[in-house]
Amino acid sequence: MSARAASLRLWQQRLFSTPAQTAITLAIAVCVVWLLTPFTRWALVNATWSGETRADCVPGGACWVFIRARFGQFMYGFYPVAERWRPNLFGLVSLAAIAPLFVLTGRARLRLGIAALLVLPPLGVWLIGGGYGLAAVETRAWGGLMLTLFIAIYAGLIAVPLGILLALGRQSRLPLIRTLSVVFIEFWRGVPIIAVIFLASLLLPLVMPAGVGVDRLARAVIGLGLVIAAYMAEAVRGGLQALPKGQAEAASALGLGYWQTTGLITLPQALRISLPAMTNEFIALVKNTTLVLVVSILDLLGIAQSSLADPAWVGMNIEAYLFAGTIYWLICFALSRWSRSLEAGGPKGH
Amino acid sequence: MLRRLFYDARIRDLFWQVAISASLVGLTVFFVRNASQNMVNAGIASGFDFLWRSAGIDVPFTLTGYKSSDNIWALFWAGVTNTLFVSLISMLLATLLGFVIGLARLSSHWLLSAIAGAYVEFVRNIPLLFFVLFWYFGVIAALPQPRDSLNLFSAIFLNNRGLTVPAATSGAPFQWALAAILFAFAAQWLVSRWAARRKAETGADTPVLAIGLVLCALVPIAALVWAARSTGWDMPQAGRFNLRGGFVIIPEFVALLAALVTYTAGFVAEIVRGGIGAVARGQREAAASLGLKPGQILRFVVIPQAMRVMIPPMTSQYLNVLKNSSFGAAIAYPDVVSLFMGSALNDTGQAIEIIAMTLAVYLFFGLIVSALMNWYNARIALVTR
Repeated sequence: MSARAASLRLWQQRLFSTPAQTAITLAIAVCVVWLLTPFTRWALVNATWSGETRADCVPGGACWVFIRARFGQFMYGFYPVAERWRPNLFGLVSLAAIAPLFVLTGRARLRLGIAALLVLPPLGVWLIGGGYGLAAVETRAWGGLMLTLFIAIYAGLIAVPLGILLALGRQSRLPLIRTLSVVFIEFWRGVPIIAVIFLASLLLPLVMPAGVGVDRLARAVIGLGLVIAAYMAEAVRGGLQALPKGQAEAASALGLGYWQTTGLITLPQALRISLPAMTNEFIALVKNTTLVLVVSILDLLGIAQSSLADPAWVGMNIEAYLFAGTIYWLICFALSRWSRSLEAGGPKGH
Repeated sequence: MLRRLFYDARIRDLFWQVAISASLVGLTVFFVRNASQNMVNAGIASGFDFLWRSAGIDVPFTLTGYKSSDNIWALFWAGVTNTLFVSLISMLLATLLGFVIGLARLSSHWLLSAIAGAYVEFVRNIPLLFFVLFWYFGVIAALPQPRDSLNLFSAIFLNNRGLTVPAATSGAPFQWALAAILFAFAAQWLVSRWAARRKAETGADTPVLAIGLVLCALVPIAALVWAARSTGWDMPQAGRFNLRGGFVIIPEFVALLAALVTYTAGFVAEIVRGGIGAVARGQREAAASLGLKPGQILRFVVIPQAMRVMIPPMTSQYLNVLKNSSFGAAIAYPDVVSLFMGSALNDTGQAIEIIAMTLAVYLFFGLIVSALMNWYNARIALVTR
């Protein structure tokens, strides 16, 4: 039997092997065609791809001209066009610094990782925000996909170390530290993130000494970082609990103290086990960055939302949402595939 | 001597705990002093007296009969009931839709399973806020004007101002119907307990399923039909520009509910798939070789074991729905966050009290949901020696 015939047979078995199956297949096919035909006609067949203004668009089809005209805003928000090389440069530098981490091994990888962790975050704030020789760009002007990634990464930089400390605290034998960690984790996990963002934007300026301001964006990042830290802590705890007790016991029999045991023996193994769970929390963080909309910070979804108010482009709701939604989907889908491949690879034994 | 103290494990433990608590207390004192100073400077009052002030805030959708002349405490409760209302309905519908999608995912039919899988992958990788905004500004805003409403039997109207349904003029018959339904459920529970004991003692079967069908399906239907017939109905009428009469479910509610249900169902579907997949194949085969029918295998062997796996993740999904109902604030659904943390806070400026009360609502109802689910989990847990 040829390969072609074999695959035909397989599909016939999958879709038409019994009358009931055939009926289900046909019903689904009818539904899919009924739903997809008008959508394809709107999004592709009748759509307008090139032009300058709304007047170039054919009614009854998608107006992708709008996305083209607004592309810069979707990516950078109201960031000055002349300065856009700065976030771009930061993105390239970060990629160049992080890519070798996937190739290098052992001590070199550790050193590069630590160096990147120490240098990149302040470098990013300086390049994007300006000051010290660069023209200052207020956070109010930041926006779009750039801001979504910025918030996700900087909130993650708060959440991961704090989450690890909280997970260790929750496993600690010191009762006070254990209680404090549990209370912190359960409190932040119990309240809605939208409320936390409101809380951070209202309370952070209130509890600072008079005259000390906290940047609007910084408040949102801190709020998100605190909540996600609590979720990260639970992901790390899973890894810590999955380790056999003998690991810590053997380390302590060798005369290692708490921090040596944790830093050299238990934590590296625990982190490797909990990496997929931590990636899933990071995906949740990327999705939750959209909530900064409620304190009028315009990330990718916020820019899409605010672009609907433009009188020159009335009625572009579906186009704007589809574009923003696709980008979110691509980012989260790629991350979730990566997390799944980590899970399938699994930890390399204890 | 100092050396001995430095290396003494108990002293070290004590030192760390004292140091951490001292720095936390110091930080708290620092924050509280700044906050009270800032509040004095800004002329903001403190304390809970503001709750008895008149609110003067209009709420477009309320179940508590709140009026804008009521006090802020009443506004708070109007928000809390709206939060609970949308959360409970979303939990119920998301569970149903999630089960359907999860079972479709497990179906032996390739196309059905592939479509369910695509749905799950689609929904789980998109922010919930996207769905909320999309349903509100993308779908509901695109619905026709009230005068061209889509209608079902000229009784239910859907337009860009929301969903208008007939309103009952009197609630009393429905209260009686609810009592009858609860009574029927209680009776069914007693019958099934009695039947289980009878089966254990004498081995005799009782037609529990048939009795259950009567008690849990026919009685509620009959009660509702009776209630619907014995009250008058205020039917929505198509006017020239707008609809008159009926009960209007605001578009914010419809959008939030649709978003929460479609989003959460994707997660529930994965839980259902995982739960049923976790039941070892040998269990079904053993049950089949004992002569159980397929329905019995599902009911007595697969589902009880799958439930044990599914309950803990379902609990966290229900908690997520409760917390995620706050996404309504983005489209001004009048929940506790948007009414109390938004409008009331703007009016009074008393951020600390209002934020504390709002967070307490979520923590309190979150604890109740966890407690109920833990109680249910303990009931169905595997009893081991």
